[in-house]
Amino acid sequence: MGGYGDVQLLRDDGLRLDGRKIDEMRPMTIEAGVLPAADGSAMVTHGLNVAVAAVYGPMEAHPRKIQRQDRAVIDVRYNMAPFSTSDRIRPGYNRRSREISKVTAEALESVVLVERYPRSKIRVEIEILAAEAGTRCAGLTAAAVALADAGIPMRDLIVGVASGKVEGTVVLDLDKAEDNYGQADLPVGILPNTGEIAFLQMDGDLSPDEYNLAMEYNFKAAAEIHEIMVDALKRRYEGGEN
Amino acid sequence: MSNGQNGAELRLVTPGMAIGPVAGKRIGSGAIAQNDTIIATRLGWTKEFNNTVSVDPINSAYMPRSGDLIVAVVAEVRNNLWFMNINGPFQGLLPMSLAPWKVEFGAARQHMGIGDVVLARVQEVDECHNVVLTMKGVGLRRLNQGTIVNVPINHIDRLRGEGNATVQRLRDAADSRIIIGENGRVWIDGNAEGTAWAREAVALTQASGHKTTFEAELSALEQNAPKKGDA
Repeated sequence: MGGYGDVQLLRDDGLRLDGRKIDEMRPMTIEAGVLPAADGSAMVTHGLNVAVAAVYGPMEAHPRKIQRQDRAVIDVRYNMAPFSTSDRIRPGYNRRSREISKVTAEALESVVLVERYPRSKIRVEIEILAAEAGTRCAGLTAAAVALADAGIPMRDLIVGVASGKVEGTVVLDLDKAEDNYGQADLPVGILPNTGEIAFLQMDGDLSPDEYNLAMEYNFKAAAEIHEIMVDALKRRYEGGEN
Repeated sequence: MSNGQNGAELRLVTPGMAIGPVAGKRIGSGAIAQNDTIIATRLGWTKEFNNTVSVDPINSAYMPRSGDLIVAVVAEVRNNLWFMNINGPFQGLLPMSLAPWKVEFGAARQHMGIGDVVLARVQEVDECHNVVLTMKGVGLRRLNQGTIVNVPINHIDRLRGEGNATVQRLRDAADSRIIIGENGRVWIDGNAEGTAWAREAVALTQASGHKTTFEAELSALEQNAPKKGDA
């Protein structure tokens, strides 16, 4: 959040720099089953973001000390490829990727029926191939589709979506400029069928009214994204009954 | 719909999708009840049988059951037992007492090492998902030759066919030995052409096993099967 600065993020006609309305999402496409070696996989393109998620397992949890006797553990590894941004990213784990891996795992644990697979591990790999703000949401959405593709039982398909504030106006789905120079960012993980929130982070300041409006935008976008997710899964298996 | 199915139409559902009201129905696998509504927990096809609503998953992990014939791979060796990778969430345990050889304590490695493949049967699965395997039984042995191909668990019945008819067709066409493990591992042993053809047929099952066009595609592939004695 870079504060106000001299950067103009909203045009005089009320639209954003890329021509979107304030409650309009960037275009999104989802494809399930992109990696043949994985048990389940998905690729999400959201604006200029490209996220690929692969799911392996459930499998025996190693080392044994991470096993839980009553449930499976979800091991998430979120990583941004070195070429995903204009400035090369140093390869390997860093503080940010650790944090996103942790919150994503916790969000997924709340929807996956982990009690079905005690002592086992479900490995989720999220690779960001191209980044333009909102990669944790794109990664979470990709992970949810990949888990469903892998046949992992879940209560719902979790959707990652974000709203924020730029120039005092609440907007849906921040792009890179809005993320860098805006005043707030509110990424959430929503369970569209029940309306539950599985994860929520906030960077910057929002008044209660702004927060409510941002969440309203998030829920509206989550419903749209959920339709795209369901469509991607159905498209993969169209062609006949099991 | 197959015989015995009734009620709800067969449709593809995704996790979280409402299947219908509970209304006295029983909840089967792949579904849960939430606020008087049956919710799918898996990607698959809805099924209603004897008033029980369930979801037949398109993909699922192998859950071992007592009596299953499986193709397992040695993952770890201890003095008196082997830990076997059974292609599922849990490893299987093969104690030396259930091996087909007389094994002295500490000599387990002399009989099987990491990576060896065996045909075994699931002896016991307890409530904590501890899986015990046995190699005592007719046909259970170490597999020293051939190749292993993985198929999704839910395609096994289709690959096997009614009364093993489909797998027998593959055996005849490929002139190879083919054993289908319940854990989604298929062992193929034959000449090079036969094995290659059988692998292709199994790959077809993986790609199209869930489609209604599968039977026609398999018949077309059978036309290209190697003639016996080609090798």
